[in-house]
Amino acid sequence: MERPSFFRNAGLAWLLATVAVLIIGFRQAIFIAPPEETMGNLHRIFYYHLAHAILSLVFPYVNLAASLAYLYWRRRDPLKALGADALAVASAEVTALYAGICLATGMLWGKPAWGIWWAWDARLTTELLLFLLYVSYLLLRKFSPTGQTSVLSAVLAIFAGIDVPIIYMSIQWWRTQHPAPVFGPNGGGVDPRFVPAVLWNLAGWTMWGIFLIGFRFALERRRQLAEQEAALLAIEASLEIPQ
Amino acid sequence: MNYIRYVLDHLQKDLRLEWRSRDSINGMLFFVLLVVVVFAIAFDPAGYPTVTRQISGGILWVGLLFASMTALNQSWTREQRNQVLEAQRMAPSPASALFVGKALANMIFVLVVEAALAPIFVIFFNLQVLGDARLLAIILPLGTWALVVNGTFFAALGLRARNRELLLPLILLPLSLPAILMMVQATTGVLTGDLDSIQVRNWITQLAGYDIIYTTVCVLLFETVLNAE
Repeated sequence: MERPSFFRNAGLAWLLATVAVLIIGFRQAIFIAPPEETMGNLHRIFYYHLAHAILSLVFPYVNLAASLAYLYWRRRDPLKALGADALAVASAEVTALYAGICLATGMLWGKPAWGIWWAWDARLTTELLLFLLYVSYLLLRKFSPTGQTSVLSAVLAIFAGIDVPIIYMSIQWWRTQHPAPVFGPNGGGVDPRFVPAVLWNLAGWTMWGIFLIGFRFALERRRQLAEQEAALLAIEASLEIPQ
Repeated sequence: MNYIRYVLDHLQKDLRLEWRSRDSINGMLFFVLLVVVVFAIAFDPAGYPTVTRQISGGILWVGLLFASMTALNQSWTREQRNQVLEAQRMAPSPASALFVGKALANMIFVLVVEAALAPIFVIFFNLQVLGDARLLAIILPLGTWALVVNGTFFAALGLRARNRELLLPLILLPLSLPAILMMVQATTGVLTGDLDSIQVRNWITQLAGYDIIYTTVCVLLFETVLNAE
């Protein structure tokens, strides 16, 4: 099958730009940003942690939007619906990945800073539940009967999307120990010396997340197209058999 | 009004089926009894009354959660026999009426189990409620509905899956975690008398909000799941 080479070139250019930004971000975070007053060099992991934490809260909404679009187009425009479904898988997988990296970097930071790997604090618990939700979404995709996977997982994605703010609110009531939010109305803010490292890393990991979603999306589209062609061939073959 | 009549018909059918076999309730009752005994052996409630009061809210809900999961899968398997579910799909009555009827039936089963369990729990754990015990009459039904409404929905969702017995807890538990947090906190608050009434009321309000939100979503999406093809 003929693949449009435009998308391949655009993807390659995007990947190169992403790697360049990530290299700048790495240099800013590891070599240029000064050591922090109390934590010394330990704070350098924060640039990776923050970027992954923010993005792992953004990608679930891509998944929710794609799932809603899938359910809307399912009967009206099945071809568009397939595209929405591919986007839903891609964003769910990247959400689980980013939430996992956020948890892992958080633990690596927590051991030297707090003396413990894990605390059942509000934000940690929220992130963990988010991770569990999207792992269960991926498991449903694996276990569900063929032909129903997209519908059932789209329904679960809506439940999960509604659950994210509920988890956040309820656990906020439960306990809080994590350092105060960095951005937003109650945010502590970032010292101007650290800002370039934060922004370069945030940009780099955003681009990397978008690249991963795009790559996974293209992969899923190819799988769908191959499946369609196999189905068409099967139908043609059944027509040719003399009755 | 018609809708309510459909719901009541489905409810009546489920109750009659359960009355004839009594599979779900008997299974759940014995299961929860076993969970209580296992936890009592693991934690020695007689020796540490304060600790017991602090953890018994959690034990109660964990037991009920696992017990209701055993019953939820059965409640839809019944519909699969003799292609009843296909007939339900073709029926002109709204699909969500089937869901609401079944969720109500499951709710009643679990409430019966709770009513039988409460005295056993008090005896085995030497439990003395220090807070306002009447609040439990609100918390228990709200918490049960939170478990049952999502559980019934996801049992229907995983009905045709390869290993549905495993799939149900895998997708129900992560979604129910905030509700479990709310009901355990509220129950423990009442049992220990540690939380003041404003905090307990806050947990109850959140639980009610959770119930309303998810009941709405389940009712709206049930038809999609039933006709997922």
